[in-house]
Amino acid sequence: METTYREAMRTAIREALLQDDRVFLMGEDVGAYGGCFAVSLGLFEEFGPERVRDTPLSESAFVGAGIGAALNGMRPIVEIMTVNFSLLALDQIVNNAATLLHMSGGQFNVPLVIRMTTGAGRQLGAQHSHSLEGWFAHVPGLRILTPATVEDARGMLWTALEDPDPVLIFEHGSLYNLSGELAEDAGPVDIHAAAVRREGGDVSLITYGGTLPLTLEAADRLAAEGIEAEVLDLRTLRPLDDAAILATVVKTHRAVVVDEGWRSGSLSAEISARITESAFYELDAPVARVCSAEVPIPYARDLELAALPSAERVVAAAREAVGGGG
Amino acid sequence: MTHRTPPTGSPGVPEAAGHLLRQMLRVRRLEEQCVELYSAARIRGFLHVYIGEEAVAAGIMSALGPEDAVVATYREHGHALLRGVPAGAILAEMYGHVQGCCRGRGGSMHLFDAATHFYGGNAIVAGGLPLAVGMALAERMAGRARVTACFFGEGAAAEGEFHESLNLAALSRLPVLFCCENNLYAMGTALARSQSQTDLALKAAAYELPAWSVDGMDALAVEESARRAVDAVRAGGGPHFLELRTYRFRAHSMFDPERYRDKAEVARWTERDPILSLRRSLEATDRFSEDDWNALDREVAAEMEAAVRFAEAGAPEPLDDLQRFVYSER
Repeated sequence: METTYREAMRTAIREALLQDDRVFLMGEDVGAYGGCFAVSLGLFEEFGPERVRDTPLSESAFVGAGIGAALNGMRPIVEIMTVNFSLLALDQIVNNAATLLHMSGGQFNVPLVIRMTTGAGRQLGAQHSHSLEGWFAHVPGLRILTPATVEDARGMLWTALEDPDPVLIFEHGSLYNLSGELAEDAGPVDIHAAAVRREGGDVSLITYGGTLPLTLEAADRLAAEGIEAEVLDLRTLRPLDDAAILATVVKTHRAVVVDEGWRSGSLSAEISARITESAFYELDAPVARVCSAEVPIPYARDLELAALPSAERVVAAAREAVGGGG
Repeated sequence: MTHRTPPTGSPGVPEAAGHLLRQMLRVRRLEEQCVELYSAARIRGFLHVYIGEEAVAAGIMSALGPEDAVVATYREHGHALLRGVPAGAILAEMYGHVQGCCRGRGGSMHLFDAATHFYGGNAIVAGGLPLAVGMALAERMAGRARVTACFFGEGAAAEGEFHESLNLAALSRLPVLFCCENNLYAMGTALARSQSQTDLALKAAAYELPAWSVDGMDALAVEESARRAVDAVRAGGGPHFLELRTYRFRAHSMFDPERYRDKAEVARWTERDPILSLRRSLEATDRFSEDDWNALDREVAAEMEAAVRFAEAGAPEPLDDLQRFVYSER
């Protein structure tokens, strides 16, 4: 059946609420408003204000409350409206969710899921356009998921809820209207392995989340030029699927990393470093990166587009990698 | 606000008072032991002792039930001890030994103990308040009646998490007891230099929750207030807030040269030593003698000596285990 990323996510939340009494959804405007991005539309009416909880604009308190509820037997899904606002809850995420199990010597795990929108591309200006999932992927103790397909939007949440430790799910704002075919019996998916979204032998395009569609588009254009690109969707940014990254590089000997984060100190830098550490002698060309320009994301349409990764830039980087190598 | 001397004469009181005296003395001796061991370099890191503030933890812990939960701060050795964590496990933790209550991974500021529902040991000022609110939310959603007691200093009242948490707890009438240990200094910054409104109970009351101040140097007064508040919280009365007016006799930590307060002020508060005060009141009843005190002192000293032996006999966790407990072991 045809569905959208948004509907798939809503189906996943609804299923979780139906299947497990310990699950509840909590966040700003998730209830009466129906969710800022309409992901939770209708759930407040179906499940009521106890299980679909509207919170005050208190990111630190309601994220911390999610941690406390998780410590005390619940399976909360906390929605932070966007990654930009998650900065107001960094203390709770980094100092508590990520550390309690370790500091307590294994006594207190935090089975919490935090969902948030990420990314730019909708002319929302610098304070609503950050891509900071790479920051969170820096932190031991967290698991970072970036669903980029309707299957993953449908299936990652339940697996994340079954995880005994904190899981952060980053939903790129440009993906909510993405539509795709979903099997009637679609359900939970693994949250460990990267996925090859397109096979190819000439160059590996490694990406995740919001930049998967443009990377696939770039692969199609490259195919028209006779370059067969393999597209690897990381899916999980922490822990990274090193084996999958290594396997595609060993296969194609060329890699282009596509990441909407800023280039300096980014997830793309980590991927590039891992490739050079573990597959240096497999490479026929330097690892290339397509990232956002190092500016706060501007409002004006042309400037914003110029700042963000694009299919054109991916195509150019892939051509360079293929042409520049042996 | 309750400023008063312990009630005497009623038959139950000496027993309750005796218990509080014993608990306070256990904390005092544990903390003195910590300072000694720190000076001898047996324990490292930051060390924040609770000497002078014992009446607060003793009074509140006495009012909690065994199933209730506690969230505390980085000055929490005494809270952990009175909650039931063995002194040996606390000291072993500070030694960095695997026999410690957190296998040596937490240290002085991060004591945790699942068996006694002791949830830390939070070293970010006000960082524990949201946790306590969430624990209480879970309690309410699960239809249970446990109370979550959350300790924090008056410095926390300047943090956003304090205000966010009180508001959230009050909005949903959650079973939390907020215990504000007002020792007048946020590290070295005096209350009046950091808060425009220094009446912390008034500040809390702005969130529509019952809040009052208690003489935190009087263990009986603390216990009486805590019982009243815990009963009300447990009965569904929503969150309550106690401001415990107390004083830290020692430096903020072992690194603090105490430039920010004068010795006369410390001396004035020391005269109100909660342990000495209660001991004197008890002796005045003729139901507690110097011999009783000496016996108590010996008993507590023996407990602490045994705890030091336990900690000394321990060993660090093998280095091969470094990566454990980052993610759950399934």
